[in-house]
Formats: sequence, C-alpha cells, structure tokens
Amino acid sequence: MSDYNKKRFKIHMKKKIKFLMDGLEFEALEGTTILQSAIENGIYIPNLCYNSQVKPYGACRLCLVENAEGRLITACENWVEEGMDIKTDTKELNQTRKMLVSLLIANHERNCLSCSQSDNCRLQEVAAYLKVDEKEMENFRLSLPDIPLDESNPFFIRDLKKCILCGVCVQTCADILGVNAIDFGYRGYETKIITFGDRDILDSNCVSCGECVVACPVGALVPKAVLEPSREIKTTCTYCGVGCGIYLGVRGNQITGVRGDPQGPANKGRLCVKGRYGFNFVNNPERLEKPLIKREGVFEEVEWEEALDVVAGKLLEYCQSEFDEKQYQKSQFAAISSAKCTNEENYIFQKFARVLMKSPHIDHCARLCHAPSVVGLSMSIGSGAMTNSIDEISQAGCIMAIGTNTTGSHPVIALEVVKAVKSGSKLIVINPQEIDLCNHADLFLQHHPGTDVALLMGMARVIWEENLFDKEFVEKRTENLEPFIQSMEKLNLDDIEQITGVNQQKIREAARIYATEGPSSILYAMGITQHTHGTENVLAISNLALLTGNLGKLNAGVNPLRGQNNVQGSCDMGALPNVLPGYQSVEDEQVIQKFQEYWNSDLSPVKGMILPEILENAAEGKIKAVYIMGENPLLSEPDIQNVKKALENLEFLVVQDIFLTETAQLADVVLPAASFAEKEGTFTNTERRVQLIRPAVSVTGQSKPDWWIISQMACKMEEKLSIERESAESDALNLPESQFNYQSAGEIFQEMAEITPIYHGISHARLEKEGIQWPCPDENHPGTPVLHQEKFNTPSGRGKFHPLEYRPPSEVANEEYPLILTTGRSLYQYHTGTMTRKIEGMDKLEKPATVEINPHDAEDRNIQENDLVEIQSRRGKIKVNAIISDHIQKGTLFMTFHFKEAPANCLTNPERDPISGIPELKISAVEVRKL
Amino acid sequence: MQDLDKILSNYKGEKSDLIPLLQDIQSEYGYLSEELMREVSKFTGVPESEIYGVATFYTQFRFNPKGKKHIAVCSGTACHVTGAQQIIEGMERHLDIKDGETTPDGEYSLESVGCLGCCALAPAAMVDDEIKSKLSLRSIKKLFRGYNPEKPSK
Repeated sequence: MSDYNKKRFKIHMKKKIKFLMDGLEFEALEGTTILQSAIENGIYIPNLCYNSQVKPYGACRLCLVENAEGRLITACENWVEEGMDIKTDTKELNQTRKMLVSLLIANHERNCLSCSQSDNCRLQEVAAYLKVDEKEMENFRLSLPDIPLDESNPFFIRDLKKCILCGVCVQTCADILGVNAIDFGYRGYETKIITFGDRDILDSNCVSCGECVVACPVGALVPKAVLEPSREIKTTCTYCGVGCGIYLGVRGNQITGVRGDPQGPANKGRLCVKGRYGFNFVNNPERLEKPLIKREGVFEEVEWEEALDVVAGKLLEYCQSEFDEKQYQKSQFAAISSAKCTNEENYIFQKFARVLMKSPHIDHCARLCHAPSVVGLSMSIGSGAMTNSIDEISQAGCIMAIGTNTTGSHPVIALEVVKAVKSGSKLIVINPQEIDLCNHADLFLQHHPGTDVALLMGMARVIWEENLFDKEFVEKRTENLEPFIQSMEKLNLDDIEQITGVNQQKIREAARIYATEGPSSILYAMGITQHTHGTENVLAISNLALLTGNLGKLNAGVNPLRGQNNVQGSCDMGALPNVLPGYQSVEDEQVIQKFQEYWNSDLSPVKGMILPEILENAAEGKIKAVYIMGENPLLSEPDIQNVKKALENLEFLVVQDIFLTETAQLADVVLPAASFAEKEGTFTNTERRVQLIRPAVSVTGQSKPDWWIISQMACKMEEKLSIERESAESDALNLPESQFNYQSAGEIFQEMAEITPIYHGISHARLEKEGIQWPCPDENHPGTPVLHQEKFNTPSGRGKFHPLEYRPPSEVANEEYPLILTTGRSLYQYHTGTMTRKIEGMDKLEKPATVEINPHDAEDRNIQENDLVEIQSRRGKIKVNAIISDHIQKGTLFMTFHFKEAPANCLTNPERDPISGIPELKISAVEVRKL
Repeated sequence: MQDLDKILSNYKGEKSDLIPLLQDIQSEYGYLSEELMREVSKFTGVPESEIYGVATFYTQFRFNPKGKKHIAVCSGTACHVTGAQQIIEGMERHLDIKDGETTPDGEYSLESVGCLGCCALAPAAMVDDEIKSKLSLRSIKKLFRGYNPEKPSK
C-alpha cells in the first residue's frame, strides 16, 4: 500500500485532530490535507492544479502555506497534524505566489476576452487574488512557442499555448479513466502535454469522454460548443443502463451542453462521450413534428385529431368488443414496447395492450438483451437484476468481467472497475476479444465464442476439487448441490481446454482468484446472454456465485449490466408477455384476479407471444396489426430480411418514434413522440435505481410524450366503443370509468406503484430528492442496494444450483462458412443509431460500418486494411471495410450493429434459446471475401 | 522482431526496465520507432504516452533512423554567440528537414547538440566523426554542394 493510501485508509478510523489555521482552531479527520480542510472551512488558498478527483500532485506550487517553523509547504500534499499552526496568508507567501503565477502568465497566451474559459479560468482567479501586475511581468515574457491549435476532436479543442502544465488532464486520463492518452513530453521550455507520437488527439487512444476538458483549470482544453447555458435542468441520461445523473444546459429552447451531476449516485459527476456530447439529436431538424399517415405510399402530415381518429378506428377492428377467453390468446394485435421510454409509458402501453386491445402479445427489446438474465436468475436466485450496486464495484476484492465490453457499452461502470484495480482489486476478463479492459486485467481468458458454459463449469470444478467453496453458505443458503456436482464431473479440464481454447492453468488460476480474493463481483452482458444457451450461461454464472458465497453481501454479486437506459424499468413494468408489473406471473390465477379488479377489466391467465414470435406470426398473417413504440426492429433484430417481410405483411402498422426510423418508414401511421428532454417520467437503471427525468425544453413541433399519445388513443377508442355499445344497447348510463384518462406521468406512476409490490413505496415526490433502488415495499423504506441478504426470492428461500451441460452454438464453422461473426457495440454509437447517428462528429471518432478481422484470416484471403469486403452468412450478405486487428482471435470476425449502410443483422442467426427466447446474435457462421 | 524478443528476454518487464530497455533497442535499431515503443509498452505495462514522454525527455533517444551522414551542430555557448542558430537554420533549409529529422532519402540526419568541446573552432559541427570548424552560411553551401533534397543523389 502506498503512503498515500495508508494515510487515506486512516480516514476510516475517524480520528479527529485539532490544528490552527490563521490563528483559528479547526478540526479535521486525520488524513485530510491542509488544502481540503481550508476548502471545507471556507478559507481560500490560491491553487491551480488541485482537483478533488485525483491524487494531490503539487505541480503549481501556488498553495504554499507557512508552518510553525516558518517553512513553506504545499497545502495540497501535506496532511493536517495535531497541533499544527498554519498561516495561509503572509507577505512572504503572497510574494512567492505572485512570482510563481507571474511566470505562468508571462508564458500564457493573453486573449482572455475571446477565451471561452474566461469566466471559469482559475488562472484569472488566482491572478486577481494576488494582484498580479502586467507591466512587471513583461520582463519574464518569452517568445511564445508556436504550438498549432489541435481541433481534430469533434467535441473539444486543445490549445496548448494556454496550457500551464498543471498535469490535471494527465492525471484524470491516467487515474480516473485508465486510458493514458496523454502525458508530459519533451523537456524544459519545450515541455508540453503530448499524445503517443505527439500527434493530434484524434489519432491517439483518447476516448473523448471530456473528463480532462472539465478538469482543465484554464482554457487549454475547452468544448467546441461554447454557448453558455442560461439555465440547467437536473435529469437522467438517456443512453445506457448506467443511469448517470446529468444537468442539461439550456439556452432558449436549445440544449447547449451537459454537465455530470456530482451527486448522481451512479456516476458522481463523470460522463462518457455520448453522455457529454451526444444530445444534439433533441434539436435535430429531422425530428418528427407532426403525425404522418401513409396515403398511396406517401406520407402526409396530418393533425393529431385525424391521426388519433384513424389509428383508433383501425385498431378497433383488431380488438374484440366483448371479452372472450379463447380469442384472447389468438388476438391479431401485438404491441412492441420500448426500453428507451419511461416506466410510466411502458406501464400504460402494456395496460393498453392487455386491457383495451385484449391482447397478451406485448414484448420489447429486452428479449434481445437480458431475457436470459430475467429468466435464469429468477430460476436460481429469484430476481433477474443486478444483485448489488454500481458504487460497490470499486470495493470488490475481485471483479470477473465476462462477456462485457464494459469500456464500450457501460463506460462509467468501467471507471468503477478501473478504480477498483488501481486500489488493488483483482480483475479477471473473460472475452473472445482482447477488449480495452484487458489493459487492466490480472488475468485474461480468451475463449472461443459460445463456450462459456464449459469454461464456467471448469472454474466451478476447480473450486469444488480444491475445496475453495464457501461451505457454510452452500449448506445454509443453497439447494440442489448434488445434481450440479454430478453434471460438473462429466467434463474434465482437458476437455474444457479443448472446447474453450483456454489453457487449463489459466482456468485454474481464474477459479482460485475468484474464490479466494472475495468479495467477488461478476459483471456480464450480451456476451453471456445472446446465445442459444443464454439461460444456461446465466445459470453457470449464478452457480459459481452460489458455490463461493458471493451473493447477498456487500461488494459481491451477480451483476447483469443492462443495456438501455430503461430496459430494467420496462421489464419491471410488465412489458413482457409472461409477467405483469413487478414480475407478477400472468399464469398465476390470484395475480390475474387482482389485476382484473384493479383495472376493472377481463384478463386471461395465458402468456403472450415473445418478440420473435410476433414477427413470425406477422409473416404468417396471424398477427395483423402491430403498434411499435420507440423501437427499430428493422436494424436490431436478427435476420432483418425476414423482419422486413413480416412488417410489410401486416395490415396495419403504427410506429411512434422521435425520428422517421427504418421501421417507421414501413408504417401506415407514424406518431411523433417527445424525447427524454421534453417530458417527465422515470427511468430505472441497471442497479434497480428509479430516477426522475424532467422536461428541459419544450416539445419539438407537435410531438407529444408517449404516455400522452397512448392515453389519448385509448380514450378515443373507449369513446368509439361506447358509441357502438350505445347504439346496440341504447343504454349509455352504465359506461365503465375510463382506464386511461391520465393527466400526468406522476398519476400513472402512482397507479402502477399501488399494484406493484417492489415499487410500492416509491413516488415521484420521493424521487425528487434522490433515486431509490427497488424493492421498496413502503414509503419509509430506503430502498435495497444489495439483494438477497436474508434469503433468496425463490419458493424455498434458498439459492438453487442448476446442473448444466455444454452445448455447442447452433451454428458452427464449416467449409462453406468457415468463420464466426460476433456482433457488439461501439463506444461512439448507440444501438440502431437513431440518436447517435444524428450527432455530428461521432462518425469522425470511429469509422462507420467496418468489420474487424484477424491478421491470419486476412492474409489467407488477401485482405488488406480498409479493403472493401463482402461478408456472407446463410441469411444474407453485406459490404463493409475491413480493419485488421490482432485483438480478434483467428477464425472470428467482429462487427457492430449500429449502421444502416451495412446492417450486421442481415447476417445474424435468429435461432433462439428455448428457455428465454433470445436469438443467437453473437454467433453466426460466415465467409468473407475481398471485393 | 526476433532481435526485439532477444532484447526483451534480458528484462523482467518491470517499470524500472524502461530506460535501459529503450537504450538497448536504440543501439540495436538505431532509433525508436513507434512500433517498437508499442511493443515496449505491452512488455512493461507502461502506457504508450508515458513511454513517449520519457523518450522525448532525454536527448539520447531518436525517433527516426540516422542518415548515412549524421550532422551534429554544436549549440554550446561559444558556438551560440558566434551564430549557431543561423547555422542550424541554414542546414534545415538546405536539407529541407527540421532539427532532429532525417531526409526522406536517408542521406542526412540533423541534430543540434550541447557543447562539442572545440570552442576555439566555433561555430562548429560534426559530420559523422569529422569536425567542421568556423562554419558560415557559405561554408554550409559548400558542404552540401551537389545535394538536392528533392532528387535523391546517386
């Protein structure tokens, strides 16, 4: 442990010490620096290089203070000590400081008025405080070095003429990000901040997160968008499942920038490139402004009244006017909900499908991401969500990241991993690709795609054989151990080495680290789930955690990282065909009874179709009308040629979105929705934390929040139904009360919370203060950061081991298709690109539509870097540019699925996991050839 | 990369190996290419940017191969006051490269150095092992007579 950490560690011992500062007595915890305690007590000590996020560095020497012996010491690097007598402001100190700052300013470009950092500049602040005289400074002035402006990055400018070499950016990049894109280079007067090879920042390994831009005390690193906001609105980021707290800066009706919320529980002020620079899509001119109706193949803009009337009238044709249990399951209507929309919208949408359309067919894109987690973890531990919280990750003794490219897909969670490693935690990375996280790993296991079950069973076997399991935990809190052990013994490590391609010594080592360096936390994502044996992969993970007792305690757990901002929430809300809100099974008679009464409607205890089934039935003509809210299956589903056929085969398709997506173009009616920055509601992040979003700008054109559209649509349909009934029965007096007449998102949330036990104690009013992690059974409950502390949520209350058997993927390489294509996400794009492709600059950071190929495979096929190649699978072919990379193992290819110009999902395999229904998006057999 | 593996095999891959390792590589290859520095980064775990920072700090490391003829121009005190700066600039013009670079045809490399120790001959330079004394812009012209940086000489 370094001295720094030793001293930091003592903070936990909470020893308070007393000292004098400028003759006043103060108290501070041991391990606090002089500068920190001065800041806490409101005493200003001039400083430039201090940043609370990184270790004290002592570069600027401005925070000098005088101790009792009359020596000048830096306040940022020295800890307060008992009885210390510090002077922060003496003539000698200020003279020294003035000289130091004069030397800095003398070599600093002086164009303060036009500098965009002007009102934030710490150098100006210090100079004003010390009364620096410009004339005196002239003697120090050197001819300014001619360093050209680096404008290569689309989002920020590096102007090294203004750099004061405080090193905060270098430290931020190294210690917080673990990226190390920049460092000090050269010597003496020529010293400057350099990238590797002294190139433009764009050509370095910089990830454009902008943390250094925020940390820079002067104008050397400034964002390109320089409009100062006139107000800031606290809300939640809409990109991934991390759920970062943000402040949207707004001027007029324009979003000018984003600031990380230091109080955001998931991010503590930090953001990634999308979260910081990816919000121009809200004000994009391509946003849908009016409802569109397709007439003779052409979209026509219409008013809301007409659009609602048309859709309501048309949808009524597909809904039974009287409830008929037999017809319920045969409903010709299906609803596809969205993990991008709020909890309220998902709740009202599933209610719309079930109650008004009398159809059980509701699903959403969770089917394509964490369906196996929801199913698998429910089977083994009783709850399909992250068992622990994001800020516990950095405290874990061991982190095992399997099937997750965390730096790309959950960048802010990756920062927690980096933080853990920097403070001594062990990191095991298991991935078919050499991802960026490997730079920090103690152990990297590069297995063949789709062999996770074998690998994890091998680890379990080692833990069992070497007696490293948690006996007490296994005995007291688990069940079904025997069958699991028997299944494990079928595969020995030699076979496993053969199957996975990983040296068995490495498997042994990983098992030992995982079992003995606890608390151990497993992070996983699509690399585990998107397989025909996805559920088995998830079970293999929970088996391992159960065996080692890494569940139900702090800093450990099984942690599926959810992909979309609200995919956790939309599952919680019951936008799934088998469960109602709060994972209450549709097949449970009691649950159905409860909801029938609450919604005053008939329901039937049958499961609906899952998303791929909806599309198959649409292709066969059994599903005739589909209502899609905020999804773009035409890029996200596997085998999109068939998805297109299915959607074209529909009699009626309604798409509700913020842009005219590829899917929306096929619709009969397109309804313009408001974006996350224009409406109220809640998102539930991957750690089960329910957080508010707030309207920051007024809606674009005539677009409306999704909940408003569904609510209005439903009311319209109820109206039409009652008119029909009226004419049939001429009895208008017994109309049931409307189930959809909502005035606000808060009202919807309240209704939902009442009938959803895990959300019962949560309300918008409580969320105003802070996000709350479910389960939260009553209004005084603080929420639950760690699940399963007392017992598991299974029928017996015990965690259940599941015997497993290794099954190969549904497609394996053969002579015709000798390579395996695996798909994933890029840091710079988001899903089907509906939002990020609209952000100018993202394309500049990473070339769109490429395939990564191993040098050996490239050589065999005579493929050079950047060559145009054609990739063909059993389902289709696409053309892309090749990138040759040794991060990919021989025999595999990697593509992201964001790009409509070369949609990877033309190639992918729709074959499904029999338990959860997830398609095998990660593995398709392909061939590639040079064009 | 066989030679590199041989050099690396003498080290454990610790951070403290960095400078001796870079020295060994430079004496084997004559300079530090980016490719080689990347390999050193992988071997030692020291980030690429930090290696570049360390290597640019010391004048002993070069980042491009030496030319067939290597010119070291003295910029010590005596040479400085007798116009070493103009001499360097003059050579830069003649060779169409900057201080520290090598001509694209690999003929010449140019470097300004600290005192060569022959102050009486200022301004001075060394072309390979030979001292050129009392340089002037005219004598430089003579030095490069027949050399045209755009058309490689035979």
